[in-house]
Amino acid sequence: MIDRRLVFLGALALACMVAFMTIGLRGNLGFVLSLRAIKLIALIEVGIAIAVSTVVFQTVTANRILTPSIMGIDALYLFAQILLVFLLGGLAYTSLDAKLKFGVEVVALMALSLGLILPMLRTRLDMGFLLLVGVVIGVLFRSLHSLIARVIDPNDFAVAQASSYANFNDINSELLTVASLLTLAALVFVWHARHVLDVVALGRDTAIGLGINWTRTQVACLLLVASLVAVSTALVGPVAFLGLLFVALAERIVTTRRHSILIPAVALVAIIVLVGGQTLFQHLLGNSSTLGVVVEFAGGVVFLILLWRGSRK
Amino acid sequence: MIRIENVSLAFGKTNILKEISVSIPKGGITALIGPNGAGKSSLLGLAARLLPLQAGDISVDNLSVSSTSGKVLAKKIAILRQDNHVGSRLTVRELVGFGRFPHSHGHLTENDHRIIDESLRLFGLTEMSERLLDTLSGGQRQRALVAMAYCQDTDYLLLDEPLNNLDMYFASELMKSLRNIADTRAKTIVIVLHDINYAGSFADRIIAMKDGQVVADGKPADIMTETALGGIYGFNIPVISVGGQPIALPFRR
Ligand SMILES: Nc1ncnc2c1ncn2[C@@H]1O[C@H](COP(=O)(O)OP(=O)(O)OP(=O)(O)O)[C@@H](O)[C@H]1O
Ligand SMILES: [Mg+2]
Repeated sequence: MIDRRLVFLGALALACMVAFMTIGLRGNLGFVLSLRAIKLIALIEVGIAIAVSTVVFQTVTANRILTPSIMGIDALYLFAQILLVFLLGGLAYTSLDAKLKFGVEVVALMALSLGLILPMLRTRLDMGFLLLVGVVIGVLFRSLHSLIARVIDPNDFAVAQASSYANFNDINSELLTVASLLTLAALVFVWHARHVLDVVALGRDTAIGLGINWTRTQVACLLLVASLVAVSTALVGPVAFLGLLFVALAERIVTTRRHSILIPAVALVAIIVLVGGQTLFQHLLGNSSTLGVVVEFAGGVVFLILLWRGSRK
Repeated sequence: MIRIENVSLAFGKTNILKEISVSIPKGGITALIGPNGAGKSSLLGLAARLLPLQAGDISVDNLSVSSTSGKVLAKKIAILRQDNHVGSRLTVRELVGFGRFPHSHGHLTENDHRIIDESLRLFGLTEMSERLLDTLSGGQRQRALVAMAYCQDTDYLLLDEPLNNLDMYFASELMKSLRNIADTRAKTIVIVLHDINYAGSFADRIIAMKDGQVVADGKPADIMTETALGGIYGFNIPVISVGGQPIALPFRR
C-alpha cells in the first residue's frame, strides 16, 4: 500500500510540472515546449540529486544538520574542476569533451571526499566538530580555488569561473544526458539499499550486529553522495542549505525516517520546491533568476532552526 | 561453542585484555562479572566483531569472527551493547523488527511478524508496541533493546548489562525469561551482570574478570563465597545462605 501522504506529494509534484510546462505559453509552441521540457528535466534531476544525497549523507553521518554542501563537498568539486583547468590549460580544457571532463571531475571528487571525509567519519567526531571541519574544508577549498584562479591565465579563468553560486535559470544542459543517467543509477542503488540504510541509521554497533559491512557501506554511501553532488554542482552550481530544506520539509510531512518512505518523499518535495518555485518566479513573477536565492534563504532559516533546537535538547 | 584463544587488546599503550583464553560451550547462561574497567564489554565487543581483533582468535561454532562475513555471523550471534543510542523516530515494534534484518533484509514475512509479536510479549512490550522510543522510560527502552536482540533469533546472545535501568520486577522477569529461553530453546546466553546475586541465582557458570584477565571461573556455588568475591572485588563481601542459595550482602557500613 502506498502511503497517503506520498500520493498527495506526488499529485502536487505533478501539478507543479504541468504548471511549469503550460503557464504563459507564447510564440513557437514546439520550440518553447522543448526548451521548457529540457529545463524541467534538469530541475527535477538537480532536485533529486540534492535531496537524495542529503538523506544518504545524514544517515551515514548519523546527523540531521549536516549536508554534503555544509561539509564542503561542492567546494571540493569546484576545486577539482579548476585543478583540471590548471593542469591542462584553458584551451585544452575547453576542447575536451564535456562528458569526459565531467567524468574526470566526478572521479576526482569521489577520491577527494573519500580521502577527506571517510577518516573523519571513522574517528566518530561529534557533530559540532564535524560542522567546524566542514566549514574549514569549504573555506580551504574555496580559497585554493581562488588562489589557482589568480595564478592561471585570465582566459583560463573565464573557463572555470562559470559557476560559483547556484543558478537555476542558466542550467548547464550539455551534461544533461550523462547527469540524468548518473542520477538514475544512484536512485536505483539507493532504492535497492533502502532497508540497509534504515539499519545504518541505527548506528555503527547495531548495524554491524545486524550483519552490515560497515566500512563498505560507508564508502559506498560516500561515493554515491559525491557523484550526486557532482551532478547538481555541475548543472546549477554549488548550493548550501537546499538539501536541508528538502529533508526537513519531507520529514515534517511523512514523520518518519524510514528510507522507503523518506526517499520518495524528499525527491517529490524537491521537485515541488524547485519546479513550483521556478514556475512562480519565471512564469508568474517574471523574475527568473531569484529562485536560487529565495530557496537558499529558506534553507538557511531551516538550518538555524535545527541548530537552535539541537542545542536546546 | 564460543572459543576465545589468547585474546589481547590494547588501546595505545594500555593493555585492556591480557591473553584471555576461555571457552563457552553451547547452551546455558554464563554470567560475566567483575569491577568497572575489567574489560567485560571489550571482550564481548571483540566476540561480536564490533572491535577488530588485535591478537588471538575468537570463533563461534568454528566460524572465526575475523574472517567470517557479517551476514553469516548476524544469524549466529546477537549482541546488546551497554550503551545504545538508537534513533528516536522509531516505534518499539519497528525497533524490535530490526532484529529480523539478518533473516529477511527488511522484507518482513508472516513468520517474522510472529517472532516480533512473541518478543514483544516476552519482554512485556505488547501494550507499548506502537509508541515512539523517545516517549519511553529508560527501563522500557532497555527492554525494547533486549527484545530486539532476542528477535534476531541467534543461537548465541551476548547481553552487556541488560538489567540497567530495570526495576526489580522487570529485572527478575528478564532473568526468568532468559533462563526459560536457555532451557527450552537451547540458546547460549552470555550476560554481563553487576548484581552478583542475579548471577548466583540464574547463571549456570560465572566468569569473573579483573584488570583484563579471567580471575575466577566456575559454578555459582564456587564463586559466591566470601573469599572468591573478596578476591574479585577487593573488599569484604559477606555471603549468607537463604534457603540453600548463597546471597552476597555488600551492604555493611
Ligand atoms: N576506546 C577506548 N579507548 C581507550 N580505553 C578504553 C576504550 N574503551 C575502553 N577502554 C578502557 O578499557 C578498559 C576496559 O573497558 P570495558 O568497557 O571493557 O570495561 P567493563 O569491564 O565493561 O567495565 P564496566 O563494568 O564499567 O562496564 C577500561 O579501563 C576502559 O577505560
Ligand atoms: Mg562494560
